[in-house]
Amino acid sequence: MISGLRLRQLLKKELRQIFRDPRMKRIVFIAPMVQLIAFGYAVNTDIKHTKTFVIDHDRSAASRELLEVVEATGYFRIVGSSQRPADLVRALDYGEAEVGIEIPTEFGRELAAGRGTRVQVILDGTNSNTATVAQGYLTQIVRQFGLRRVAEAGGFSASGIDPRPRAWYNPELASRVYNVPGVIGMLILLMSLLLTSMSVVREREMGTLDQLAVSPLSAAELILGKTVPATLIAFVDLFLVTAIAILWFGIPMRGSFVVMLPAALIFIISALAVGLLISTISRTQQEAFMSMFLFLLPAIILSGFFYPISSMPQVFQWITVLNPLRHFLEIVRAVFLKGAGFAELRVQFVALTVMAVGFMTLAVVRFKRTLAT
Amino acid sequence: MNLTRLWAVSRKEAIQLRRDPRSLAMAFLLPVALLIFFGYAISYDVKNIEMAVLDESGSERSRALIEAFESSGYFNVIEYPASYGELDPLLDRGRVRLVLVIPPTFETDLQTVRGAAVQILLDGADANTATIAQNYATAILARYSANVVSQGRSLVLPAEAETRVWFNETLESRNMIVPGLVAVIMSIIAAMLTALTIAREWERGTMEQLSATPVQRLEVVLGKLLPYVAIGLFDVAVAIVAGLLVFDVPLRGNILLLTVLTLLFLLGALSFGMFISAAVKSQVLATQVALQTTYLPAILLSGFIFSISTMPLALRAITYAVPARYYVTVTKGIFLKGVGPGVLWVEAVAMVIFAAVGLTLAIRSFKKELA
Repeated sequence: MISGLRLRQLLKKELRQIFRDPRMKRIVFIAPMVQLIAFGYAVNTDIKHTKTFVIDHDRSAASRELLEVVEATGYFRIVGSSQRPADLVRALDYGEAEVGIEIPTEFGRELAAGRGTRVQVILDGTNSNTATVAQGYLTQIVRQFGLRRVAEAGGFSASGIDPRPRAWYNPELASRVYNVPGVIGMLILLMSLLLTSMSVVREREMGTLDQLAVSPLSAAELILGKTVPATLIAFVDLFLVTAIAILWFGIPMRGSFVVMLPAALIFIISALAVGLLISTISRTQQEAFMSMFLFLLPAIILSGFFYPISSMPQVFQWITVLNPLRHFLEIVRAVFLKGAGFAELRVQFVALTVMAVGFMTLAVVRFKRTLAT
Repeated sequence: MNLTRLWAVSRKEAIQLRRDPRSLAMAFLLPVALLIFFGYAISYDVKNIEMAVLDESGSERSRALIEAFESSGYFNVIEYPASYGELDPLLDRGRVRLVLVIPPTFETDLQTVRGAAVQILLDGADANTATIAQNYATAILARYSANVVSQGRSLVLPAEAETRVWFNETLESRNMIVPGLVAVIMSIIAAMLTALTIAREWERGTMEQLSATPVQRLEVVLGKLLPYVAIGLFDVAVAIVAGLLVFDVPLRGNILLLTVLTLLFLLGALSFGMFISAAVKSQVLATQVALQTTYLPAILLSGFIFSISTMPLALRAITYAVPARYYVTVTKGIFLKGVGPGVLWVEAVAMVIFAAVGLTLAIRSFKKELA
C-alpha cells in the first residue's frame, strides 16, 4: 500500500507547494509568535485599576479614608471626582469610568455614631464580568472598613466567621497564567486548519487532483503526504509558542513535556483531520474557507477558553465533548498549572484519541470518494 | 464613474455568488445561526460551582452553614471528604473548584469574641471563576455570620455598600454578550465574504477578461462590494431581530443610528477583505492573511471579552487599528446604554476613516494590475 520512495517524493512535493510562496514562511512561523505575544497581553480578566469615578458628598476624614482604602487595594483607580451626580452619569455613558462610588453626606458622622450608613456603588453592567467581580470587592471593602472603624473606636467586635481563602496552583489568581496556555491551543488549532483545509480543494479546483488520482499513489499515501508536513509545521509552531509562553510570559510549567507532547501530537492530528475533511467536502476554496470559519468559532467559544463549560446549558456541555480543543486545553492547563500526569488526564487523552481516529477515518473515506469521482 | 457599468459589475458578482449556493447559504444563515447558538451556550454567570466540604466540626452550626451554601444556588456540594489527605486529588482532577474546611472547634469558636476561622481552598487555575466563587463564598459566610452574631436581634452593620448596576440591571451576561457577539460575528463574516473575491478571479484567469473591458477600477471595487454590503446588512438585521426576540436583549438606542454605523463598518471591513484579496492574489494566502488579521483580533482585541483598559499601552495602541473595537462599542452602546451620536461620534469618525482607507487600499492594490 505505502511505498517509502513514493511517499518521500510526495512529501517533497507537498512541502515545496506549501513554501513556494516565500510569504508563507513568515505567516506560518512568525505570525503565531507575534500573535501569542500580542494576545498574551490581551487575555487578562484580572480586575485591576478599574476606572472609578467618585462623588463624595461628605468630604470628611472618614470618606477620604474609605477612598484611600478602595484605591490601596489595587483593584480600583480613581479617575475623577465631582460633586454633581450628572458627571457620574456622563463618565459611565462615555465609558470613562466603569465604577461609580457615591458617598452620602453625613457618612462620617453616621459611621461614628454606629447608626449604619450606606455607600452607593454604581457599576457599568455592559461588561458583566468586571461588574460582578468589582461588586464583590466593593461590598467587602466597605463592610470591612465600617467594622474596623467601629472596632477601633472601641465599639462591639462582632467577629463571627473569618474566611481564610487560599488559591491553589495560582495564589495570586492571575488570569494570564490560565489564559496564555489557552491561546497556545487556539493558535495551534488555527494553524492546523489553515494548513489542511485548502489543500485538497485547491488541487481539485486547479485540476491537479486528477493527475494525482491517475498516478500510482494510493489514497493512504496521498493523505499522509498532506498530513505529515502539516504535522511537522504545527509541531514547530507549538515549540515556538510554548517557549514564548514560558520564557516571555513566565507561565509556570509544573508538569512534564512527556505528557504534553503526545497530547499535542494527537490534538494536531485531530485538527488536521478536521481540516482535511473540510477540504474534501468543499467544492470550491471559497466554500472551504467559509466552512473553516464555521468550525473555528464554535471550536473556540465552546472550548472553555473564555466561558466556563460548567456554566453552559447541559446540551452544550455535551456538544463540547466533541470539541478537540476543549480536551487539549484541559490537558495543557492541567500540565502547565497543576503538573498533572497521564493518570489525572486519561479521560482527555482517550477522548482526543477517539476524535483523532474518528475524524481521520472520515477524512480518508471522503477523500477516497473525492478521488473516485 | 459610470453607474451602468457599476451595476453590471454588481450583477456579475451576484450571478457568480448565486452559482455557489452552498457559500451563499452560509453567508446568509451563518451569522444568525452562530448568534443563536452562542447566545444560548455562553454565559459568564457562574452557577452550580462544584464544591466539597471537609466538615471536621460535624455540629448543628456547621451543618447549617453547609445548608446555606447549598441553598444559595451558586454552589453544589458534591463531595464530603473525610480528611485533608482526600482534598488534593479532588482539586488536582478538577472534580471541585472550591473546598470549604470547617475546623473541629467551629461551634465553640463562634461563641467567642475571636470568632471562628474557616478555610476556603480554591482551584486558582481558572482565576476568573475562582475570584467570582470566592466572592460568593465570602458573601454567604458574611450573611451566615451576621445571623449568628446577632442571634436574632437585628444587627446594624456600620457601613454597607448598596450596589446598582446600570445598563444591565440583572447583570445578565447574555445582555452583554449578544450585542458584542453581533459585532464580532459580523467582523469575521465581512472578511470572509470578500477576502477571496479578487484572488479567485486571478486564479481562474477571469481577471484578464475583466481588465479587457472598459470598466474602471473604482467601478470594479464598488461593484464587487455592493452585493456583499447587501448581504452584510441583511445579516445584521436578522441578527438584531434574533437578539431582540430570542434573547430579549434591550435595544435602548436609535436603530437608525445603528444602521448607519453598521453600513460604515461593513464598508470598511469588506473593502479591507477585498484589499487582502487584491494584494496577495492567491486564495490560500488570502485565507491565511484574512484569518490572522481579522479573526483572532476581532475576538481578543475588540473589547468583546477582554477589556481594553487593562491592556498594556502598546497593545491598546494596536486595538485602535482593529475595526471590530469600534463596532463592539457601537453595538453595546446603542443596545445597552442607549447612547446617541453625542457619545458615539468618535467611533463614527474612526469608522469613516477606516472605510476610506480600506476603499483606497482596495482600489490602489487593484490599479497596478489593471494598468
